[in-house]
Amino acid sequence: MSRNRRLKLQVFRVVVFLVFGAFFLIPIGAMFEFSTRGNGDAPRTLVAWQTIFQTPDLVAAILASLALAVITSLGMLLLLVPTMIWVRLRLPSLSRIVEFLCLLPLTIPGIVLVAGLAPEYRWLSINVSESILTLAFVYLVLVLPYTYRTLHTGLAAIDVKTLSEAARSLGAGWATVMGRIIVPNMWSALLNASLLSVAVVLGEFTIANLLNYVNLQVSIFLVGKANGAVSIAVAVASLMFAFLLLVILSFFGRPRARVARLEEA
Amino acid sequence: MTVATKPLVETARRPLRGGRRFSLDWLGAVPFLAYVGLFLLLPTAIVVGGAFVGPKGLTLSNLTAMNKSYIIGAFVHSVVLSAASAIIGAVLGAVLAYAVATGNPKGVLRRLVTSACGVLAQFGGVTLAFAFLATIGLAGFITLWLQQRGINIYANSFWLAELSGLVLVYTYFQIPLMVLVFLPALDGIRPQWREATESLGGGTWHYWRYVAGPLLAPAFLGGTLLLFANAFSAYATAAALISQGSIIASLLIANTLTSEVGLAQPGLASALALVMVVIVAVVMVLYTQLQRRTSKWLQ
Amino acid sequence: MEYARLRRRDFHGLHRLGILAGALVLLTACGGTSTSGTTTSAANAKSAADVGGMTALIAAAKKEGKLNVIALPPDWANYGAIISGFTAKYGIPIDSANPNGTSQDEVNAVQQLAGTTRAPDVLDIGKAVTLANLSLYAPYKVQTWNDIADTQKEATGLWVQDYGGYMSIGYDSAKVPAITSLQDLMGSGFKGKVALNGDPTKANAALNGVMMTSIASGGSADDISKGVDFFHQLKVKGNFSTVSATTATVKNGSTPVVFDWDYLSAAHGVAVPTWKVFTPNNAILGDYYNQAVNKQAPHPAAARLWMEYLYSDEGQNLWLKGLARPVRMAAMKKSGTLDAAAAAKLAPVTGTPTFLTDAQFTKAKDYLASHWAQAIG
Repeated sequence: MSRNRRLKLQVFRVVVFLVFGAFFLIPIGAMFEFSTRGNGDAPRTLVAWQTIFQTPDLVAAILASLALAVITSLGMLLLLVPTMIWVRLRLPSLSRIVEFLCLLPLTIPGIVLVAGLAPEYRWLSINVSESILTLAFVYLVLVLPYTYRTLHTGLAAIDVKTLSEAARSLGAGWATVMGRIIVPNMWSALLNASLLSVAVVLGEFTIANLLNYVNLQVSIFLVGKANGAVSIAVAVASLMFAFLLLVILSFFGRPRARVARLEEA
Repeated sequence: MTVATKPLVETARRPLRGGRRFSLDWLGAVPFLAYVGLFLLLPTAIVVGGAFVGPKGLTLSNLTAMNKSYIIGAFVHSVVLSAASAIIGAVLGAVLAYAVATGNPKGVLRRLVTSACGVLAQFGGVTLAFAFLATIGLAGFITLWLQQRGINIYANSFWLAELSGLVLVYTYFQIPLMVLVFLPALDGIRPQWREATESLGGGTWHYWRYVAGPLLAPAFLGGTLLLFANAFSAYATAAALISQGSIIASLLIANTLTSEVGLAQPGLASALALVMVVIVAVVMVLYTQLQRRTSKWLQ
Repeated sequence: MEYARLRRRDFHGLHRLGILAGALVLLTACGGTSTSGTTTSAANAKSAADVGGMTALIAAAKKEGKLNVIALPPDWANYGAIISGFTAKYGIPIDSANPNGTSQDEVNAVQQLAGTTRAPDVLDIGKAVTLANLSLYAPYKVQTWNDIADTQKEATGLWVQDYGGYMSIGYDSAKVPAITSLQDLMGSGFKGKVALNGDPTKANAALNGVMMTSIASGGSADDISKGVDFFHQLKVKGNFSTVSATTATVKNGSTPVVFDWDYLSAAHGVAVPTWKVFTPNNAILGDYYNQAVNKQAPHPAAARLWMEYLYSDEGQNLWLKGLARPVRMAAMKKSGTLDAAAAAKLAPVTGTPTFLTDAQFTKAKDYLASHWAQAIG
């Protein structure tokens, strides 16, 4: 690359990052500013932030959302990983269908899904549990598009067929093949998928709201109608939390195909 | 009964029934299929079916009842909003993605930007709506700052809670989504192509016009379509900003689901939802086609 | 050998299934309603006497241990003090859901959450929504039933009015010009500033706001169309705000002009010192809200105890402190139990107020159902 072009590229990059950086960081900064305003001419105060912990409904909603995030991640891994491995190995004809089903939630907006979910959730509330954690059932479906892609990339990076055949020929059962051979080789994809699920679940509003559950976003929304500063404090805190999670995730890098250690015969 | 002897090498077991290994393999996919059927396909079927059900059985009256100017208006507004935020988001997102892609692939900046994009793209409208209210709402930081200098940005109307405001707020999650979708395509561009163009005497213009441009076009178009579908389906942002009236389709569906009006005609909400699903489905089909073309060349 | 291995594996699977089934049974059992003797009779009690008197009712309520209320903002007619007063007096914690919800939201919650322990026990709703959902309520007559005029209660006790006020227009005089007539709102100084307290097809305060506008613009209690036209004009001019007014929006200046009850406008005046109130003198529209007990209340005794509390002198006076007019006001004044100091703070009523009849409410609601979205959209 010529020096002239490199210079132009660098200038371009600097300008782009400054402009976009400003566009994205100013509202975040404004949220911090808004949540620390004092009354009238009073000095900056952290009262709004302290009030978060004094509002039991808010704390309950935060904990519920965190629990939902964990449950959804685990559920997604338990449902999707074995299925994807099984399909890859034994039912390749189904892979198109599985892919289609996993991408389908992108096509069905939450607001549409909830119209059909209301009767199901009425039944669930009465016959299974009325806990907000039942939302995990539908959240698992919501995260499918994002996690499928990640897991698919992770699976594609390792030679699943050879590994599983080798393991099976040495006497491993399917549980061993999946749990001790394949999964350890794709664990950064698994982590990736889990943290994506966490981000989606923490940010979900529509379905929880219309099904009358109070999760983090619904709580922010409700508190916002009564107290702007507190709701904005929670909002920016949750954004920062999710951002931190994803930054940590990014340091686990791309899935590297590691050679599985074969069990001693 | 044979004496128990452990074979030296255990092969994969025989199928438990006859010789039809394939029929049992199906069982492995059943949990997933059943789950998706129950929590995705069934609700969708309920909605789609409900659109054709009236108080006396199957009917098209719900669909014809949508021929009201405010309903059509809501869908038109949604299309306009989605198209505008998609195009703006796609262009700006592509620019940002290019700036990221031309940097160090393992660098800190790339990590930070992609993480930030991941959060903002998935994170949800309530938070973003509040972020904008805190920034340029009526009591927002920038609004007040401008007011102190004598500029009233809301002299004509509170446009933040109208279509133009929604476009602005939507770009906040559209740009990151575009970055996430377009970055892999940009990563697929090989430096050899640039060198090849130059060795044939072409400049930057030729490179973009004849080489990189056409290769990236499907990805770019696909990204725009995805952004369109994303904006069209979005509900939370608008709900957090607008609590009076339903200027866009998703607000209209929500209002019809929860107001006495809609509860008296449950089919109407389903009919509105059906229209939304059809529009989004068409867009997503086009998107998938473009994705296939992109992956052929760039991945 | 294969056979043996197969059986063990099958059993293992069944074992897991058994645990899952057991867990499900436990969950269902925990979610189910208790069927002890007192609770059942509380659910069918039509008055405190049916349960065995107030003491029995209090005991039953304490046993239930909780009360679910919905859409009761703490600064709405002093509900905050009422909620804490109830908890302090009887030791029963109250779960207050969706404080800024509308009447329609309350009914939706009752229907969506029916059969769960999260369903609202009691409702405080506008007349239009009340009349449309009679099948959801349980009849209950409070001990002070006879103090309430016949026109202000349903004969079998399905609903009874609780507190009321007059519709007004509150505005922040520091942000908008003074309002001397309804037409002022069409002025250019009101761009994006005029708000309703909710959506008229869902919220009672908003419905009455539109009705008051209708009466002031040549309509009548039978005809809300002029009000709808007025707001349509307001929307066309860009003066109508797309934000429903709440305490937060009034405080942060998003909704400087609000059609609201006089008691709420008074409350806004506390948060915003420059808040003023205007009532068109040819349209004094009064309305009372209505209490109803959820027929499938998860805490039926607590629900009924709450009703008794609200209609006791203590409850009624707390509403009075919130500058609303409690339904037993006339009777309490006669018996001398009215809080005179609080009563003195009520805004005077100049002129003859209009109160809509049940039929007029239903008519207004139906008109809004078919025309509001069009007018505002």
